[in-house]
Amino acid sequence: MKTNAETFESNVAETLPKPIEKVSIIISKGSLEGVYPGLIMANGARMEGIEATLFFTFFGLDAVIDKRMDNLKVATVGNPAMHIPTMIGGLPGMSSFATHKMKEEMEKIDIPPVREFLEMIHDTGAEIYVCKATVDMFHLEKDDFCEFVDEIITVGDFYEKSAGAEVIFT
Amino acid sequence: MEPSTVDLKTLELDKNGHLANREDWTPNLAQQLAYSCEVGDLNDRHWVVINYMRDEFEKNDDAPSIRKLTKQSGVSTKELYQLFPKGPAKKAAKIAGLPKPKGCI
Repeated sequence: MKTNAETFESNVAETLPKPIEKVSIIISKGSLEGVYPGLIMANGARMEGIEATLFFTFFGLDAVIDKRMDNLKVATVGNPAMHIPTMIGGLPGMSSFATHKMKEEMEKIDIPPVREFLEMIHDTGAEIYVCKATVDMFHLEKDDFCEFVDEIITVGDFYEKSAGAEVIFT
Repeated sequence: MEPSTVDLKTLELDKNGHLANREDWTPNLAQQLAYSCEVGDLNDRHWVVINYMRDEFEKNDDAPSIRKLTKQSGVSTKELYQLFPKGPAKKAAKIAGLPKPKGCI
């Protein structure tokens, strides 16, 4: 028979929240500020010993398209948190300027450029996938993507691979 | 003389389970800590990481980011995750007797 203390302990063990073991992170935006949160979360998960899968869809694909991934830009229009009036944000060169500034700040705190970050995340054992529907829509092929992309998969495959994972949409 | 083992339960730890006092750390203790967090026997490559982290902490008062670590210590990301499975930065810091790294990268 269990003592009161043992019963109490087993109840506590049952009610403690279970630690996250696996995350599946969807990156759906192609701006610099749309891509980085997902990359940082995926890398951070691996650093904590959590399994991570990255799934790129819609404009998020730009982050893994070989010819585009090194030239992602910060969006300076339609974002009140930029604290730049929309008309000013729309002037030529504003986006490049904001991108340059943000990259400088990121380098200071050791956040790597997109390509290097993806290689790093891939090397941690995380899997990197792109969405088949988007690939078809934009008439892309496997060769258009950087070497760190493991596979082009359907949304069904994505859910299958995300078994037991927390799905995070960014 | 045989290397002495310390009763891990008698050590003062911080809230993350890392050593509270860096003076308590010895290479022997590092091996004991490695066993306690499932890293197993420490080899030369583990020691490259541990020594690098301790040097960096001495200089900057914080553990290095993984990016800095892999660039400067010569241990690649892949190897780092093999050496310290399930959370390399945290585990390496713990074994090196340092607090949990503050950075996100």
